[in-house]
Amino acid sequence: MITFDRVSKRYEEGHDALREVSVSIDRDELVFLTGHSGAGKSTMLRLIMLMDRPSRGQVTVDGQNLATVRPRGVPQHRRNIGVVFQNHQLLFDRTVFDNVALPLIIAGYDHREVGRRVRAALDKVGLLNRERAMPLTLSGGEQQRVGIARAVVGKPKILLADEPTGNLDPILSAEIMNLFEAFNQVGVTVLIASHDLILISRLQHRIITLQQGRLVTGSAP
Amino acid sequence: MGRRENLRRKEGASPSEANLRDRYHGWLQHHRLSAADSLLRVLDNLGPSLLTWLVIGIALALPVGLNVSLDNVNDLSAGWDSPAQISVFLQEGISADRGNQLEIELGAREDIAQTQFVSREEALAEFSTLSGFADVLASLQKNPLPNLILITPTDNLQGSSVSALRESIQGMPDVAEAVLDMEWLQRLNRIMELSRRLVMAIGLMLVAGVLLILGNTIRLAIENRRDEIVIVKLVGGSNAFVRRPFLYTGLWYGVGGGGLAALLVSLSLWYLEEPVGNLVLLYGSGFQLRGLGVMGALNLITLGGLLGLGGAWLAVTRHIASIEPR
Repeated sequence: MITFDRVSKRYEEGHDALREVSVSIDRDELVFLTGHSGAGKSTMLRLIMLMDRPSRGQVTVDGQNLATVRPRGVPQHRRNIGVVFQNHQLLFDRTVFDNVALPLIIAGYDHREVGRRVRAALDKVGLLNRERAMPLTLSGGEQQRVGIARAVVGKPKILLADEPTGNLDPILSAEIMNLFEAFNQVGVTVLIASHDLILISRLQHRIITLQQGRLVTGSAP
Repeated sequence: MGRRENLRRKEGASPSEANLRDRYHGWLQHHRLSAADSLLRVLDNLGPSLLTWLVIGIALALPVGLNVSLDNVNDLSAGWDSPAQISVFLQEGISADRGNQLEIELGAREDIAQTQFVSREEALAEFSTLSGFADVLASLQKNPLPNLILITPTDNLQGSSVSALRESIQGMPDVAEAVLDMEWLQRLNRIMELSRRLVMAIGLMLVAGVLLILGNTIRLAIENRRDEIVIVKLVGGSNAFVRRPFLYTGLWYGVGGGGLAALLVSLSLWYLEEPVGNLVLLYGSGFQLRGLGVMGALNLITLGGLLGLGGAWLAVTRHIASIEPR
């Protein structure tokens, strides 16, 4: 589903974020991506999201070589990927419902369909009764679940998460990870960047470890 | 079904993607949503929005108001705007009969379209009713006015030929003086032409100013919502999607400004109506001040809307593409 083939990324200031990374993630897999900060975790996610282009090598997502995606095609590409961010990236002047509905509005769904899908997604993350709330009135864990609902509402094949439990206590973190596992079980490919080794080593999934931009372990299932 | 299936493949749509018709509905829906949302935002910040409307309104009202004034002056002078007229004053002692005969002679000329003989008695009667000096004139022992023939040259006669015509008539034995009395009107026409150009130039400058003001206002709105734009782009919003609400914001600012300009022009005309009415009454003229009219107001609002869209477009194309998730 996601393939990195000898991918390097050097930023303009000369910093090598990724060096010759080759890794393949299968359909229906849940994979953790770990390493110290600056090891290249976020860079890998950014390349998948087309927020950046690799300096060398080739990234393939769902059978499409990302080098062939032109700037105009980037939004369409992103609509097929759900993303969860450490800092949630919610719109604080909109209700929970409107935040979750955003990807569907962008994709141009009919408003009845939007309502149905948003409620289904909020139900999955256990926030159905909070759809009229403003994000700032929610706890950190709840905000993160709104972020997850928004990421899955469009039923993407791929779900990316960048330090989704970064600001949460261990119990909330475990709950969030359980949610990701639940989505993985219904066929979503999940890639989670996290440095919480204690938490992720308890879960039985492949762990890809990066060190200074190089892949150290976990290159194959 | 096969065709729709093909289209979806071409677009690279996944099975979870809404089909084309739904997407068209969604697109329309987002237009409605953006329009309503932008309007609410404009109305929510009524203070600053009102200021923006006023700036645009005044900038548009100024040239439009001047133009309406020129239209009125034009209306006023249209009655005098016939081709230049030559007043031919006959020598003293020439009788009315001779004057009539001369009128017929002149009327036969090819370069003269129309002639009118005004006897000195008629001239005196007309002068005393129009001038308000009836008492003074009645006290005169002798009519001081000469017999007069008014001549209208043919339409196709150019300025210099009219002068030549005047000179040839001036040279006739019974004629005391031939006066081309429309020179001042020609001057007025030149001045009007010049004024139109000036108003045009001022208008163009103000329109450019409006565009820049709107562009700047929209740029600030974009900066204020930078975080939101980043998030929308992260979850797959295209540039067009992000642009839409800002274009509507520009449209509302422009429409409001245009409406305010129409209001300002109407108010000033209303303010001027009474003194102008009093003035023309003194001249015994039936002139009436002409306003913008409904069409004029609608045109002004449309112009405002177009300028709003244009200004927003300037800002949006320059700034939105440069806001990318980092």
